[in-house]
Amino acid sequence: MRLVLAVLASLILAGPAAAACPSVTDLEGKFICPTCKTTLDQSDAPAARRIKAYLAERVAACASEEQIADELVAQFGPAVLAAPPREGFHWLAWLLPLAGLLGAAIVVSIFVWRWSHARTSETAAESNGRPPLDPELERRLDRELARFDGN
Amino acid sequence: MAGRLKLGAQVLALALVAGLFALLVWKVASEDEGASRKLQRGETPPAPAFSLDRLDRPGKLSLAAYRGRPVVLNFWASWCVPCKEEAPLLEAVWRRHQDEGLVVLGVDINDLRSDARRFARENRMSYPLGFDGIGETSTDYGLTGVPETFFVARSGRLVCERLQAGVHLEENRDRFDECVQEVLAA
Repeated sequence: MRLVLAVLASLILAGPAAAACPSVTDLEGKFICPTCKTTLDQSDAPAARRIKAYLAERVAACASEEQIADELVAQFGPAVLAAPPREGFHWLAWLLPLAGLLGAAIVVSIFVWRWSHARTSETAAESNGRPPLDPELERRLDRELARFDGN
Repeated sequence: MAGRLKLGAQVLALALVAGLFALLVWKVASEDEGASRKLQRGETPPAPAFSLDRLDRPGKLSLAAYRGRPVVLNFWASWCVPCKEEAPLLEAVWRRHQDEGLVVLGVDINDLRSDARRFARENRMSYPLGFDGIGETSTDYGLTGVPETFFVARSGRLVCERLQAGVHLEENRDRFDECVQEVLAA
């Protein structure tokens, strides 16, 4: 029983640690090759090959993704990151496109609302609840009524 | 009201497009073409300044510190095969002309610092070495790859020509010797 508990405990403790180790394949899409400016997974340049080897070494040592990113930024600068970090000024790169989309959605909504509102009031004003008469028909009706009154 | 809103949106969109266009024009106009282009046109532009972490010892490697001395400036990287092949020749030139004041400077670009140190050790590079992992100097000098070699006269200006590919190669070897002589005499 104690043995079973010990095995269970070790599995529970080892689980998160194993999950914390990133995979080389995932990481290759998150860093840029400094010479060809594409992500590492799309590059076979010598510099990219060397960084891939470095990633493999660090993953084998179970370094975290943040740790590896910090190390590469220290060597190559922030341009080595495929996506800007979610901190400080870099938040702008994430928020501006969202703000743009939101702004566009608001503008389109206002236009649609105004357009449909204007159409409804226009129709209501013209018809006053009834379909308008044809002018020719209206004239004919007046003539007929006048003739009827004359009789 | 709707018409006014529409007009406002059109003006805003036009202003946005005009702003982006102005940004593009400013970027193109203010972009430096790189020292190598000027050198190719026969000019002798000032060598772009730099101050980099040293690879071979603590401290900074600054081009300004060598003003008044002829400099052979070589850009390299540890993952570059021709860089390894040309290293002995650069080392030999540095040793041969040291007494005449000539200095060879090596700038390692787009590289891992640990790899670069190992490379320098294995290839017995004893001349001053700087580390530019980001490759900022490569833009300033207009590099197209590594290795590339420039010659900086005592005045701080680039002379002769830039040599692309290894200086040990047959197509560069004679020109390299001529440029060394030219920079020593300049």
